[in-house]
Amino acid sequence: MTSLLAVLIDGSIYASWLFLVAAGLTVIYGVMRILNMAHGSFYAIGAYSAASLVGWYFNNGMGPAWVSYLLLVGAALVAGLIVGVIVERGLLRLMYGRDEILMVIITYALLLILEDGMKIVWGVSPYFAYQPYSELGRTSLGLLKVSNYDVALVGVSALLGLGLWAWLERTNQGKVLRAVIHDREIAVAMGVNVKLMFTITFVLGTTLGALAGALTAPAISVVPGIGIEVIVLAFAVVVIGGLGSIGGAAVGALLVGLSRAAAVHYAPEFELFVIYGVMSLVLAFRPEGLFGRTLARKI
Amino acid sequence: MRLDKTEISLGLIALACVLFGFVSPGWLIFLLTIALAKALVVQGVVMQMRSGLVSFGQGLFYCIGGYTVGMGGQFFGIHDAIAALSLGMFVAIVVAMLLGLLLTRYREIFFAMLSLAFSMILFGILVKSQELGSTDGFNVHDWTLFGWAPEAGAGSQHTVFTMTVVSGLIVAVLIHRYTKAGIGVICEAVRENEVRVEYLGLSPRWLLYGNYVAAAAVSALGGGLTALATGHVDPEMAYWTTSGEFVFIALLGGLGHVAAPFIAAIVFSFVRTYAIEFVPHTWQMILGFTLLAVIIFLPKGLWSLVSREKTGERA
Amino acid sequence: MTCILETRSLNKEFGAVIAAKDLNVQINKGEVVGVIGSNGAGKTTFINMVTGYLKPTRGEILFNGKSIMGHSPRAITRAGMARSFQVAQLFPEMTVLDNLIVALAAAESARPSFLSPLRSDARIARAEEILKEFGVDNYRDSLVTAVPQGARKLVDIAMALIGNPQMLLLDEPTSGVSVDEKTDLMDTVMNAVRQHGVTVLFVEHDMDVVERYVSRVLAFYSGEIIADGEPAAVLADQQVRDLVTGHRPTTKQGNGAS
Ligand SMILES: Nc1ncnc2c1ncn2[C@@H]1O[C@H](COP(=O)(O)OP(=O)(O)OP(=O)(O)O)[C@@H](O)[C@H]1O
Ligand SMILES: [Mg+2]
Repeated sequence: MTSLLAVLIDGSIYASWLFLVAAGLTVIYGVMRILNMAHGSFYAIGAYSAASLVGWYFNNGMGPAWVSYLLLVGAALVAGLIVGVIVERGLLRLMYGRDEILMVIITYALLLILEDGMKIVWGVSPYFAYQPYSELGRTSLGLLKVSNYDVALVGVSALLGLGLWAWLERTNQGKVLRAVIHDREIAVAMGVNVKLMFTITFVLGTTLGALAGALTAPAISVVPGIGIEVIVLAFAVVVIGGLGSIGGAAVGALLVGLSRAAAVHYAPEFELFVIYGVMSLVLAFRPEGLFGRTLARKI
Repeated sequence: MRLDKTEISLGLIALACVLFGFVSPGWLIFLLTIALAKALVVQGVVMQMRSGLVSFGQGLFYCIGGYTVGMGGQFFGIHDAIAALSLGMFVAIVVAMLLGLLLTRYREIFFAMLSLAFSMILFGILVKSQELGSTDGFNVHDWTLFGWAPEAGAGSQHTVFTMTVVSGLIVAVLIHRYTKAGIGVICEAVRENEVRVEYLGLSPRWLLYGNYVAAAAVSALGGGLTALATGHVDPEMAYWTTSGEFVFIALLGGLGHVAAPFIAAIVFSFVRTYAIEFVPHTWQMILGFTLLAVIIFLPKGLWSLVSREKTGERA
Repeated sequence: MTCILETRSLNKEFGAVIAAKDLNVQINKGEVVGVIGSNGAGKTTFINMVTGYLKPTRGEILFNGKSIMGHSPRAITRAGMARSFQVAQLFPEMTVLDNLIVALAAAESARPSFLSPLRSDARIARAEEILKEFGVDNYRDSLVTAVPQGARKLVDIAMALIGNPQMLLLDEPTSGVSVDEKTDLMDTVMNAVRQHGVTVLFVEHDMDVVERYVSRVLAFYSGEIIADGEPAAVLADQQVRDLVTGHRPTTKQGNGAS
């Protein structure tokens, strides 16, 4: 009983984290048809920015702890914005219109560049910013102890999901974006400024990635390579949900999160296996993912 | 069996390599062995690229080849190098025949991601296998060749080198023919227009399937040779960044010629050796920029530099 | 006369769009049938369903009296029904000759060889004959993307004919071809077809071309067949004149763009 509860709690925490990581990836794919391999690096950049800023804040004994939460988010926004604009304007813009698979390779090159870029900026020793995490304390649920920060993360992730959904469904800009997702040619014909939409989307996506990293930073030690681990998880989540679908990413995150939590509790040797196992299973029956669409070629 | 010009040149180059092996220093032999073994894995990636599929999971078969050689010696008493390598290829073929049933339904990024997922599954399993040394992997048992045991160190290194060159030659000749044969050309046709292939009464899926299985066998051979050369295997072989490296080398060389992956792998290995030594934290960055440069300036890979000189003005 | 192709209340819906509605067609061996209809009338959809590319929403398709519902395009091709495409479907990175050689190899066997070369002397010689027959031998070594539209269309049709089909469906063979070249192209195609004794159904926007070659016309409008019969009768039909052909003799330009 306790272990079932533990699976549910761990599963939802892990799922909300996965959703945070995957949301930006799926938004970018949905609008731009770019499966961004460098998304993990944006996550890592967010984590490094946040960890170094928050670490600096506490090491200098600056002030109240609540400020550090603002710093986390602020660091992510600034980092995501800067890197997003540079990458979109400086690299991707030159590459639009190429094969989807070539875009994967281009963003893979970007990943390689960013990975070392981070080593140059932040070095290779770990960064810690545990204060925002420990500050919130823990809650006991029977035998289980749950960190409040993790619980808050579930809330943040849910809010973010709702926010994205509302933005897409309820605002004018969202409508335009959906038009681009649905049929790019018609959107162009209707006079949508697709270039601008691409920039907005890409920056939004990188910022989401950076935010995911920043919010994760207090719970981990930030070291080189975290982005590389994360990206394949994010892939699994969005592919399960259907590339480009935000709702799909949420469902994919839940599926992966709960299965992994179950594996960790009942059969730890299958922890990693389970994630990709679920992905392969879903794809075997629904090649386009749970909420994806396939378009047959017109001949 | 008549040999054409390319095949004769390949044979001569291989002979030169083997002879070079007798005079060259040990570190260089080792570097070349690893490079050529990797090139075999890359050949598998290239075979699939010709058919329009980019595998971000070829590390799966590299790892299967390596682990089979390692486990054969360690647990099943298979010490003969040739037997172990063949077993590795056999296991890879069996796995590919199973996975291929599912994978050949996918194209483009879906194929890339799913192949990646499969190699990550193997990685996940190996990392959790205590008996196989989990993340550390394990050492490959001393091996023999037709009953003859090369002396440890330089002797065995030299033997692996020769074996790798010979395997490379055989595979290169076979692939050279394969590329021009029905299946090779029609796999390219699948890449160019799958609908038309279907309407010629052929099954793109079975063509891709055959090609996938063949590519898996070639890559597993590369993995097995790597295991023999380094004397060690670990789960990193199946990690997705390893597969990324193979894709990188494939693009660097291009699809123009069977020799391209070999050349690209050797260039790659040298640059890496020096880069890691002299500019430790910029190695990947160099790779990244090189990859972008190749995509922008040499979309047909390094080989296009060679062939442009030969054929003059053929874009 | 024996019926080679028959459809029974064939229906196809794309969401709200009805692209085929209760199509009942019987085509006899040896007939040359023209299909007319304005843009979006469902002509291509009909061919796509019959050749297995699209799955009908409802209905039945019989080829030589046997149901081919749910068969793949390749199975249907092997059974003897070939087609060409509105936009020629070729291998863009290969030469014209190589396109035909691939088609020849495919016609010989469904299992391509692993090691013996595709470009054998015999296949090259045969491909060259076909190029001559279709009058495109001067493009032998050009990439198919570099040859004029008309030649591309011919190569596309030649590739369909290489498998010696019993029936050939041509989707706008003359689209994108200039008016004066249309008859040449069609003469070439029809000569080749007659030599093989193939039943033909072709989609065409140019009524002059239709009248010149066919023994029967099917008129499509908005997914339905509104007339079926002798060319003269169909083209004189008031409904067809209102909905499909407009007011002749103004010849409608083929829609090369779509
Ligand atoms: N794959 C598809 N998905 C959705 N709608 C389709 C698809 N194929 C065709 N349609 C729709 O079905 C209708 C019939 O199209 P079809 O291509 O059969 O017309 P057509 O008679 O060949 O026209 P044209 O002369 O322009 O080639 C059109 O409204 C078209 O938009
Ligand atoms: Mg049409």
